[in-house]
Amino acid sequence: MFNKSFIARLKEKLKEWDKSAERFRARKSLPRFFTVSGEDVDELYTPDSLKGATDENHYDENIGLPGQFPYTRGVHQTLYRSKLWTMRQFAGMGTPQNTNDRFKFILAQGGTGLSTAFDMPTLMGYDSDHERSLGEVGKCGVAVDTLADMEIIYKDIDLGKVSTSMTINSPASMVLAMYLVVAEKQGVDLKDVRGTLQNDILKEYIAQKEFIFPPKPSIRLITDMMSYCTKHVPQWNTISISGYHIREAGATAAQELAFTLADGFCYIEAAIADGQDVDDFAPRLSFFFNAHSDFFEEIGKYRAARRIFAKRMKNKYGAKNPKSWLLRFHTQTAGCSLTAQQPENNIVRTAIQALSGVLGGTQSLHTNSMDETLALPSEKAALIALRTQQVIAYETGVVNTVDPLGGSYFVEAMTDKMEAEAEVYFDEIDKRGGVLQCIEDGFFQKELARSAYQHQMELEKKDRIIVGVNDFIVENEVIDIPVLKIDKNVEQEQKAFCQKIKAERDNVKVQETLEKLRAAAKSDGNTFEAMMDCARAYVSAGEMCDVLREEWGEYSESQAAMSAS
Amino acid sequence: MDKKIRVLLAKPGLDGHDRGIKVIAAALRDAGMEVIYTGLRQTPQMIVDAAIQEDVDAIGVSILSGAHMTLFPAILDVLKEKDSSDIILFGGGIIPDDDKAELEKLGVAKVFTPGAPTIEAIKFLQEAMKLKKSDENIM
Repeated sequence: MFNKSFIARLKEKLKEWDKSAERFRARKSLPRFFTVSGEDVDELYTPDSLKGATDENHYDENIGLPGQFPYTRGVHQTLYRSKLWTMRQFAGMGTPQNTNDRFKFILAQGGTGLSTAFDMPTLMGYDSDHERSLGEVGKCGVAVDTLADMEIIYKDIDLGKVSTSMTINSPASMVLAMYLVVAEKQGVDLKDVRGTLQNDILKEYIAQKEFIFPPKPSIRLITDMMSYCTKHVPQWNTISISGYHIREAGATAAQELAFTLADGFCYIEAAIADGQDVDDFAPRLSFFFNAHSDFFEEIGKYRAARRIFAKRMKNKYGAKNPKSWLLRFHTQTAGCSLTAQQPENNIVRTAIQALSGVLGGTQSLHTNSMDETLALPSEKAALIALRTQQVIAYETGVVNTVDPLGGSYFVEAMTDKMEAEAEVYFDEIDKRGGVLQCIEDGFFQKELARSAYQHQMELEKKDRIIVGVNDFIVENEVIDIPVLKIDKNVEQEQKAFCQKIKAERDNVKVQETLEKLRAAAKSDGNTFEAMMDCARAYVSAGEMCDVLREEWGEYSESQAAMSAS
Repeated sequence: MDKKIRVLLAKPGLDGHDRGIKVIAAALRDAGMEVIYTGLRQTPQMIVDAAIQEDVDAIGVSILSGAHMTLFPAILDVLKEKDSSDIILFGGGIIPDDDKAELEKLGVAKVFTPGAPTIEAIKFLQEAMKLKKSDENIM
C-alpha cells in the first residue's frame, strides 16, 4: 500500500515525534488507556501500524471495495444509500394481545421490522400451565403455548410484507412452525415469508444457558429446519449466529468475535455432514453482534468478522456462490453497559453504540431502551430508542458514504488485531477438540467468567469509570422515569387460555401428530415437517418439547462449565 | 480464628443469565468465604435443602427474569417450613425499587440491584454474620 522508502522515512519521523511527546506523558487524563475489553491502545496510529503496509497486494486481498471480496468494507456496494438498515426493535411482554398492541405501535412509529421476545417458560419449552412456569408467565417476553397465541400476536400484521425476527433457541423450530402456519392461514405464500429465527443453540450452552436437549439432537433440529426452509421458505434466515449473549455474559470483543464465528463454522460443518450443499444453505445464515461502548474496537470487530467469514467460506468450505461469502449481521446495543443509576444517561450510551453498528455496516439494529436495567421497556422508553436510530439515519450524514472509516490507520489496525486474536482462539478451540468438546469442558464458560470478573474488578478499583456508578454519582437518587409493570393477572389469564385451547382442540389429531414427531425423532425423518403438522393441530410447544425430552433426554451443565474460575 | 462464612449461591427459576452470580461467587471466594454454587434452574425446595445440608450461613440468589416476586417469597416460605429462617437470604437482579422494598419487608435480608460493587455484598455478609453471632450469644 505504501512504498518502502516512505515507510522508512516515516519511521524516522516517528522517532523524533516520540521524543517530542515524551514530556507530555507524565500527565494522564485517565488511569489507563485501554479498551472495554481490557486491551491497551497505542497513542498514535500511522501507515506504519498497518499489517502489510508495504505489500502492494495487501489492499486488494484484505480490504478491497464494498460489496467485493473479502467484504471488509461492507456487504453491499452502495449500502445505506440504497437501503437503510432495518430498524428492528425487540418487543414482547405479557399476553399475546399486549404484544400485538406493542408491535402495531412500533410499526406505526416507523419501525421497519418486528422482533419477538418470548417469556422464560416459552424459551425453556414449558407451557404456561406447567408448574415450573409459576411466576414467570409473560414476564420477560410474551407467552406462547399454541398456534392460537401466535395468531393473536401477528393479528392484522401482513406476514407477506413485514419481516419478523424471533428470539428463541431450544424451541425455535416449534415456534417457527406456528409462525409459518399463521402465514399459511393469512393466505401468504411461504416463499414470500421473510424473517430470522435466532435458533443458535451453541451460544446457549456457552452463555445464555437456555438449553433443553443435549447438543447433538439440538443441532439435528437445526439442520432439519434448515433443510425444510431451503425447500419451502427460501427467504427465511434460518439461524442467527449470536455473539450478543456471549458478550453480555462477560466476553471481550475478541472472545465474542472468535466464539461466535467458531459456532458458525460448527453449524456449517454439521449441515455439510448432513449432506447439504454449502451454497444451498450458507446464503441464509446470518449473524448477531453486540455493540458495546468501545467505539473503535466494535467497528474493528464487525469489519474483521466479515473478512474472516468470507475467507473461510471460500477457501475452507469451498463455497462458490458469492452470497455464501457474505457475513450479514444484526446488531443490538449492549444491555450490560446500561446503568440503573441515572437511567436517562443510557440514551446517550445507546446512541453511541448504535452509531458503531452503523459505521460497522450492520444490516439491522435494535437500540436498547433506557429503562432495561429496571424492567421491560415502557412505551416512552421504547419510542426514544427507535427515535435514536432515526436521528442517526436521517440527521447525521453517516449514511452518505459507504464504510466512512475505511482507511483510518486506527480502524484498519484494530480490524487486523481483532482478526489476529480470533485466529488464535480458532487454533485453541481446534486443539481442544472443537466447539462441542470446549462446551463440555467449560472452556468458553471459564473464559467468559474470567473476563467478567476482571471487568468488575477494574470498575471497583476505578481503573475504569462508569458514569453514575463509580463516579459522578448522584447521592440519594430518585428514579423518576416510568417503569413498566406486567399486570399480575397475565399469568392466570394466559394459563386459562392455554387450558381452554387444549380442551377445545381435536385431541385425537394432537396425539397422532405428536406420535409422528416422535417417530421422526427416533428415525432420520425430518422433525420440522412433523412439527408443522403439530402446529396446525394446535399442539403446544411444551407438548412437542416433552416428546423430544422423552426421546433425547435433557441437558444439564457439567461441573466444569459451572465453575466460576 | 473466625470460622469462614459459608454461602450457598443459586439461580432459581428458569432464567439462565449467570454472569452476575459467577462474579459474586469469585468475589466472595477472594474475600475468604466458602462458596457453594449449585447452578441453574434450582427450585426453592432444592435451594433450601442444599443450604441445610451444606450448613451454610447465607443463601444468595440471582434473578433477572422478572419472577423475583414469586421466587424470593417461595424460598422464604420453605426456609420457614424447615425451621431454618436463621439462614440469611439475600439476592440481586433486575428488580425495581418498589419490589426491592417489598422483598426486604418480607424478610429478604438484602436485595442488590445492577451496578452494586461486589464489596457491598462482602461487607453486607460480614456485618450480618456479626449480628447473627451476637444474637446467638444472647440466646
